Amino acid sequence: MSEKTIAGKQIKVTEDGYLEDMSQWDEDIAKEIAKDLNIELSDKHFEVLKYLREKTAAGEALSIRKVGKSGVVDIKELYKLFPKGPLKFSSKIAGIPKPSSCV
Amino acid sequence: MKKLLILGAGTAGTMMLNKLYKELDLDEWELTIVDQFKTHYYQPGFLFIPFGIYNKQDVTKPKYDFFPPGTNVIFSPIDKIEGKENKVYLEGGKVLNYDFLIVATGTQTRPSETPGLKDKLWYKDIFDFYTIEGAIALHKKFKDWEGGSLVMCIPELPYKCPVAPIEFVCLAEAYFTKRGIRDKVNISYVTLMSGAFTKPVASKMLGDLLEEKNIDVVADFYLERVDNDNKKIISYDEREIPFDILTIVPVNMGSDMVERSGLGDDMNYIRTNKYTLQSEDFENIFVIGDASNIPTSKAGSVAHFAGEILMENLLAAMEGRKLPAEFDGHANCYIETGYGKGALIDFNYTTEPLPGTFPLPGIGPFGLLKNTKMNHYGKVLFRWIYWHILLKGKELPIEADMTMAGKKRV
Repeated sequence: MSEKTIAGKQIKVTEDGYLEDMSQWDEDIAKEIAKDLNIELSDKHFEVLKYLREKTAAGEALSIRKVGKSGVVDIKELYKLFPKGPLKFSSKIAGIPKPSSCV
Repeated sequence: MKKLLILGAGTAGTMMLNKLYKELDLDEWELTIVDQFKTHYYQPGFLFIPFGIYNKQDVTKPKYDFFPPGTNVIFSPIDKIEGKENKVYLEGGKVLNYDFLIVATGTQTRPSETPGLKDKLWYKDIFDFYTIEGAIALHKKFKDWEGGSLVMCIPELPYKCPVAPIEFVCLAEAYFTKRGIRDKVNISYVTLMSGAFTKPVASKMLGDLLEEKNIDVVADFYLERVDNDNKKIISYDEREIPFDILTIVPVNMGSDMVERSGLGDDMNYIRTNKYTLQSEDFENIFVIGDASNIPTSKAGSVAHFAGEILMENLLAAMEGRKLPAEFDGHANCYIETGYGKGALIDFNYTTEPLPGTFPLPGIGPFGLLKNTKMNHYGKVLFRWIYWHILLKGKELPIEADMTMAGKKRV
């Protein structure tokens, strides 16, 4: 675990750059993390981030399929919004833990 | 008489029935088990059928052989569980009452979830090896196949026996080498995961193993559809992979009965406390095996370890005591790697597979995350252990809780 300055704030992050504490997140932090990933956030992005944060706060595990069935975006759109990392990048930007697959 | 009802007579349900038969006072408890099918398949054996190592007879026995005397056995599809009424409705309207219910209805393959999968090439050039029908159809295909691109695809998590696709490509590599046509066969391992396996240390070991065998790993490939006319698989981000033979783990989902009962998540896996194995919705319902949503492998070894925990907790619940036992997610998988060798991994919710020896620290005889002949013998022996010890609910000399003894942190 280390501290990193994101959008002018001291934030605790994992070695992969995921937020340790999802309550430290705000929209400016999201924008700066997204910029590092070459993603410019639109309103649609924020709708997805909101959904991810709500589900995580409720203790539910996320999967690409689940987001695709959420009614917020379909899977194709999710890939367009977060190229190459539909769940990994969106989770990072949403300030929630790195998605783990438990096989 | 009080009633204990088990839904599902697969590995987990049958094992629990035999354990309970030994533990419960049968003057007090009536045991009933329900399943829609009469045949018990040794599912780990399906993997060997395409290569002619096992045949159908090797993996098939009647379910009746494994039920203890005096059990009520009902062969019927299940409509739904009504948890509030302590009732199970069977298809056709018959109703069963219970005091305690164990759900062990497993997971099933759903090829229809992927567009183009169950289409004109199904069982002609596209196969699963998770059903007896698929495994036998693939064996027929392989016998006179002269080569081309063999693509193994994992499109969704979770799925039954997470190491089986790795074993499959390793066995295919050995099989085509033996047939003298390895130079005409391209093998690729296409997965939605970021590497050969999910957990980092095992992923590295298994990834290296596949590389050594000249098997391509294509990671982060999330399958959208199968193009039957051009024989390609296509991902959501429009990557395309051509195939001559496609072997696939179809999307896995829990039973539709779970959905009708309102007890499941979006994949029909039952909401289950991952430590106590009790249903999140009803205190007198417990869940074992692939049917639950606990975050560990869907595998017989997990059901076996969970069985001991479930037994303790169920007995406590029957006596109105607090549930004493906590499951740690222990899984133990033999990985057949071809040429008479195998690897072994042992892990739980919090500890990823690590190198070392098993079950005795420093001695073994099995090597963890190592490719050895001894591990292969473990896998071969396991079929006998399965029929004669595991299903019958007898003790194996391995603890339910995973141990760090014999493992090395890396």
